[in-house]
Amino acid sequence: MNFSRLRIPRITFWRAVVAVFMILGVYALFVRYTRGLGASSHMTDLFPWGLWIGFDLLCGVGLAAGGFTICAAVYIFNVERFRPIIRPTILTSFLGYLLVITALLVDLGRPYRIWHALVMWNPHSVMFEVAWCVMLYTTVLALEFSPIVFEKFKLEGPLKIIHKISIPLVILGVILSTLHQSSLGSLYLIMPTKLHPLWYSPILPIFFFVSAVAVGLCMTIFESYLSNRAFKKKLEMDLLADLGKIAVVVLAVLLVLKVQDLQYRHVWRYLFQPTQEAFLYWIEVTMGIIVPMVLLMFRKVRYHSFGLFASALLVLLGFVMNRLNVSITGMTRGSMTTYFPSFLEIMVTVMIVSLGFVIFSQASRFFPIFADSKEPVGTASELPVPEADRSESFANRPSYARSRH
Amino acid sequence: MSKGLLIDITKCIGCRSCEAACKAQNKLPENNDPDLTATTYTKVMERGDRFVRKMCMHCQNPTCVSVCPVGALQKTNYGPVVYDESKCMGCRYCMAACPFQVPRYEWSSAFPRVRKCIMCKDRVAQGLQTACAEACPVGATTFGERDDLIHEAQDRIRQEPGKYVNQIYGFSEVGGTGVLFITDVPFEKLGFRTDLLKEPYPMLTWNVLSKIPNFVGVGATLLFGIWWITSRREEVKKEEAEALSKKDKH
Ligand code: SF4
Ligand code: SF4
Ligand code: SF4
Repeated sequence: MNFSRLRIPRITFWRAVVAVFMILGVYALFVRYTRGLGASSHMTDLFPWGLWIGFDLLCGVGLAAGGFTICAAVYIFNVERFRPIIRPTILTSFLGYLLVITALLVDLGRPYRIWHALVMWNPHSVMFEVAWCVMLYTTVLALEFSPIVFEKFKLEGPLKIIHKISIPLVILGVILSTLHQSSLGSLYLIMPTKLHPLWYSPILPIFFFVSAVAVGLCMTIFESYLSNRAFKKKLEMDLLADLGKIAVVVLAVLLVLKVQDLQYRHVWRYLFQPTQEAFLYWIEVTMGIIVPMVLLMFRKVRYHSFGLFASALLVLLGFVMNRLNVSITGMTRGSMTTYFPSFLEIMVTVMIVSLGFVIFSQASRFFPIFADSKEPVGTASELPVPEADRSESFANRPSYARSRH
Repeated sequence: MSKGLLIDITKCIGCRSCEAACKAQNKLPENNDPDLTATTYTKVMERGDRFVRKMCMHCQNPTCVSVCPVGALQKTNYGPVVYDESKCMGCRYCMAACPFQVPRYEWSSAFPRVRKCIMCKDRVAQGLQTACAEACPVGATTFGERDDLIHEAQDRIRQEPGKYVNQIYGFSEVGGTGVLFITDVPFEKLGFRTDLLKEPYPMLTWNVLSKIPNFVGVGATLLFGIWWITSRREEVKKEEAEALSKKDKH
């Protein structure tokens, strides 16, 4: 009781902030839909992809990569101890994709034709493939999220059906994710003379995929930390520390790939030129890969809740920087122009991000998302759950049980 | 079969008749935009004491056509790269990807279209030459079969080797373009991009995209396999545990 009293001023402050963001965002949308992209953004003919593609699409999809990584770990690699974090992760990913689609509706010149990509085929276009994958994967995420809704409303029939198809669903999700996470990098393969050589690489799709896995893990750590703070829950420290350990390996692979790639393409010299690109590349790689990787190698850091959180945050920032470098800062020189997002562009992005936070916190109050949630668990107790799953760390049930029973 | 334009920079006098003819042909509003815009499909740029026409290059294997997710851009078999505005959803990938940065957007419109030179496709389909080639008073822009234009360009270079730079811009750039340039001043000094690859850009992404079906097959098999192995292992473990607990009871 005391707690909720204490938290009132803090919540109202954040509510006020969010309200301001929303108002500005809606104003930006109004300008964009009435007076066009020119009036609302700083995009030009020479720089037709700005912040909404660079951040909202590239980073949005990447930051939502936790869903497929954790699902793959639990359902395919059978790492049962990650089960308690499946639900929040799926919720984050599902929300993430919905927000990405929202952003696309802002960015597309003719948003009401978004469905054209599904009926007018051009298999030579990476964008076509991304469109299909994002659409299908959002559907998969909706299905993966649905047991939580069915549980809440005690719908046993559909719940059973979902449980039956859970493994094929997860596998489909992993494949679709692998495809479009990497394809976001392939989008830029066709711009060899625009993208700066520090970032343009024939293995861009592999970079995009590997970094998405790393960021998926770190996003899970990040969001667990924040929701644990917000909902006063105990951190599943062992579990998150394990994620941190896996992240070290993925970051190491990413780093080795990056170094080999520079070597293979003989572009070391660009690293030592006094250019903005070299500067940004150094920050991206040291701050976003090397520092968090080294930090997370230490058990002490992994088991220190703030240390773990801070390292994960570094990975997220480095990831965002990488995507912005590929899509914006690395492109300006080759496009022979400059670009900085307009106030309204930033406002749309800020609105979409805060929308994500608001919906996540509301949804996690309403649905049984967290392991020690006080929500009634409904039909879950009837579910066939393998003995191994009944660990003490969570009283809740897996989002759907394994189908082999 | 494929038509094109040959632009001889040594002949251009900068009269801008082509610009005017293009505006008339495509019913574009009169204005004096300094560069290509949504209402200016071709522009005569001053580069030192030379004049260089800027327009869509009508690539032989166009990047814009390959990237368009809805197939709004198409390379016709007779040469022009054309645009179907009823398909376009405005993702602007064509603009981001075009190596010559040609396509323009109607930024101030609520229903924007992509705009660029379409090589007077209706005229060309009827067997006429493009409006700009017809309007050129000095024959700096000539229209014809791309192969014939290449021979013509080679002839001119051969006849006056001291005058011309020994290069046809567009012969091999990005795998060849429908619009070709010859000049007496090196291309890099005239604002041409000389860092472009010689192979068609669409191959860069197709090499990856074409592997997707294989990837899906192998990936799905592998994932099912891993799942099968890991879950079997757990069953075995469980059985062993059960056996153990039974023993304990005895
Ligand atoms: S120059 Fe650009 S717009 Fe024109 S055909 Fe080539 S890729 Fe397409
Ligand atoms: S903007 Fe239109 S024409 Fe260009 S790639 Fe997108 S859908 Fe195709
Ligand atoms: S070919 Fe036609 S559309 Fe293209 S620049 Fe010439 S007149 Fe204009």
